[in-house]
Amino acid sequence: MISTILFWLFSILAIAGAIGLVFNRNPVYAALSLIINFFSIAALYLSLQAEFLAVIQIMVYAGAIMVLFLFVIMLLNLKNEEMELRFDARRGVALILGVAFIAEMAVVFRTFANPEQYRLAPDFTYGKVEAIGRALMTEYLFPFEMISVVLIAALVGAIMVARKHTYHS
Amino acid sequence: MDFLTPHIYSYLAVSAVLFALGAIGVMTRRNAIVVFMCIELMLNAVNLSLVTFSRMHNDPAGSMLVFFVMCVAAAEAVVGLSIVLAIFRNKLDVDINHLNIFKW
Amino acid sequence: MVSLNTLIVFLPLAGAAINGLAGLLWPAYRKQETLIGLIATASIAVPFALLLSAFFGYQGEAIRFSAFSWIAAGNLQIEFSYLLDPLSLLMGLIVTGVGSLIHVYSIGYMHGDSGYYKYFAYLNLFIFAMNNLILGDNLLVMFLGWEGVGLCSYLLIGFWYQDMEKAGAAQKAFIANRIGDFAMLLAIFLAYFTFGTLDFAEIQSQIRGAGEAGALTEMFGDRLFWLTLLVFIAATGKSAQIPLFVWLPDAMAGPTPVSALIHAATMVTAGVYLIARMHDAYLASPEVMLIVVVVAALTAIIAALTAIAQNDIKKVLAYSTVSQLGFMFMALGAGAFTTAIFHVLTHAFFKACLFLGSGSVIHAMEHGHAAEDPQDIRTMGGLGKHMFSTRTTFWISTLAIAGVPGLAGFFSKDEILASLFFNGFGQPLYFAVWAVGLVTAVLTAFYMTRLSYLVFNGKERFKSSAHIEESKPVMTVPLWILAVLAIAGGYIGLPYLIGHGEYHWLNHVWFSGTIINRPLEEVMHEHAAFEYVLLALAFAVSIGTMWFTYTFYRKHDLAGDAKVQGFFGRLYETMRQKFYFDEAYDALIVRPFSWIGTRVLAVFDRQVVDGVVEGTAAAVSGIGEVFRRLQSGLVTNYVMILAAGVVLVLAYLVWG
Repeated sequence: MISTILFWLFSILAIAGAIGLVFNRNPVYAALSLIINFFSIAALYLSLQAEFLAVIQIMVYAGAIMVLFLFVIMLLNLKNEEMELRFDARRGVALILGVAFIAEMAVVFRTFANPEQYRLAPDFTYGKVEAIGRALMTEYLFPFEMISVVLIAALVGAIMVARKHTYHS
Repeated sequence: MDFLTPHIYSYLAVSAVLFALGAIGVMTRRNAIVVFMCIELMLNAVNLSLVTFSRMHNDPAGSMLVFFVMCVAAAEAVVGLSIVLAIFRNKLDVDINHLNIFKW
Repeated sequence: MVSLNTLIVFLPLAGAAINGLAGLLWPAYRKQETLIGLIATASIAVPFALLLSAFFGYQGEAIRFSAFSWIAAGNLQIEFSYLLDPLSLLMGLIVTGVGSLIHVYSIGYMHGDSGYYKYFAYLNLFIFAMNNLILGDNLLVMFLGWEGVGLCSYLLIGFWYQDMEKAGAAQKAFIANRIGDFAMLLAIFLAYFTFGTLDFAEIQSQIRGAGEAGALTEMFGDRLFWLTLLVFIAATGKSAQIPLFVWLPDAMAGPTPVSALIHAATMVTAGVYLIARMHDAYLASPEVMLIVVVVAALTAIIAALTAIAQNDIKKVLAYSTVSQLGFMFMALGAGAFTTAIFHVLTHAFFKACLFLGSGSVIHAMEHGHAAEDPQDIRTMGGLGKHMFSTRTTFWISTLAIAGVPGLAGFFSKDEILASLFFNGFGQPLYFAVWAVGLVTAVLTAFYMTRLSYLVFNGKERFKSSAHIEESKPVMTVPLWILAVLAIAGGYIGLPYLIGHGEYHWLNHVWFSGTIINRPLEEVMHEHAAFEYVLLALAFAVSIGTMWFTYTFYRKHDLAGDAKVQGFFGRLYETMRQKFYFDEAYDALIVRPFSWIGTRVLAVFDRQVVDGVVEGTAAAVSGIGEVFRRLQSGLVTNYVMILAAGVVLVLAYLVWG
């Protein structure tokens, strides 16, 4: 019972955060809404017994990445997006496409779903740090090493791109 | 009240809604940084689906994929933001509607 | 497993790669003539040694070795594999043995040439291709070598490509060879179509099986006829038979050692080899055997007649080569495949020696500043006094090619004529071919004696200021080795009469055939008396003609040519003009084609082809003009189109 309540609470929070992101004209508010969304998703991970991912979600997304976003927004000191008064056709089309997507997904769920067959498994053995670490160091060792190369490349690339170029001659 | 009990469709539905909202954001917003954040939202929506599937089959593959997606998203955010910085330095503007020199 | 045998094929390739690449990338290397020559020679000499050991250790069973699996597509399985059997061993020994000597000789001959490294790289590449040709155990590997030697021949004929005439000669050789190669390709397709395999041994056993069951026509219809005819057409290109022989005399534009190696000893015998390799198919199609023998006889006599009226030392030798190739094909046409290969062997010795000797002469004339044209025998004469080794070896080879008893040429040529003659008892046409062969033998003795005499004996006709010198030992030693082989080479295959019924080594483990329906040995025993007549005739033809020619030219010197002209009358001009083959091809093929090219095809090209091409371009840019509006540069628009695509695809998956 309590888990049901918590699920709906965090689902609604996540969606609210997303709406706040999409429809807020101030970039700082938008970023803060996104943080709410990320926290809610971390809570949903917890409810799925994916504890490790939940922690990572908070540390990497809500922590590191969002701080970076906020930092850049403040660094650039951006104004609010000016709203266009006239009717924007593009905005209408985007809404229609989004709604159509959700409608289609709903149809997919109704048509192809068999609630009895697709129950959640009673227990989730791969949510713990230990199991994830074991998997990373055995079966997923190669991608794991490769992702560190990607991160190094991103680091070097970011420094190169963002640094102030001084042109001699 | 049975229909309220969380079920994998509940999670997938939340994921789909978040994804659609993110897509709408990408299509409507003009601030490059906000567009960026919307993309992060879409990635998170997909991650949620993946974790749900992983949980459903009690299989590590989905969780692993989420882990790698997070790493790549972090790398992407760093590089993307530095590009935004570089653009802002040149144009004093991050409105993507004004960044349309790659056209005919 | 990589066996030593693999080295036989691939060591020359390695040599070519080392010399070619090092010379190309590292200009200082080009000056290291000794090193280049050593590498090149070693990469031929080692395979020669390996082949020798394989030859002496041969147990009577073919050795097969595979480098790798080349093509595997459905039913078509092609191994990159090679075969060492008596035929390919012997050919391999000729190629690498004579090849080694010519490499050594080239070290001296090409000294100081700016393309020294290139020359040796090409030469090694040629040996690699030739090894593929003769050792390959299926038609496709053979064809690889077949095309490879054509390419190397082209590269080496046009070696001094700054000279437009020489570049043109190279192109002519390439084009004439292409015609033959096309026939070869068709033959390969037909062989696969007919037998379902390209393996020589497979094809042979299928034909043998059908022949023993007496079901050749039922199983193959007329396909064997076409197959053998196409292979023969291919052979006329590579081996310079009528109608495609015109390239060989022009091929003399290349360096002389190249003429000796490629255009006398090895490449031009590829056709002979191929027909010998496919002898079962030929024995099963007697009509083609008749075509072969008639074409060969015509080639032999026409080339011999042309050789009489030529004054360029290398041209004479070139026509002599065409004529001798005619002899080999006559032997093939008589079913005496062993004899043909035997003649390939002896011919390789004495003709390589002759060419290298002519190279030595040209070298001396050029470096002695003796005449305007160092190849014109009218400006030579009396060179023997100055060049002992060259003169002696050249005369020995002349005796050998003329068929003087005891030397190599005698054995093989006599055997060819004998096999033609005895086939005549079954098919009278062969008597006529035999007669032509005999006349050609007379002509051969005549023009070769004339050549040797006018070059080495008689009055000195070059400039008195000239300073003629014998070539260095690096050039004369190969000459001596070849001269010794030209004397002794015949004894490895003694024919019947002298061998007392013991077949020579080749035939012992190999094959013999005849197109008349009974073994040739029977016919020979029936008419044993003729053997002695033929032998006497051979003595008379060779020694008699040479003695006559020698005294004739000693009496008249260069003026003797005028008397010869008087003897032949109006035919002589035709002979001098090479029977107008080049002119005929020019009038019948080249000019009509260029007329069609300029009047019809060029117009077609401008109007239709260009129109289509330009129209396509215009259409593309017109359509682009419309659709480039989509390329707004706004990321938002692109994302929207993407999203619309996602929605549509989903809709299709859900409701479609």
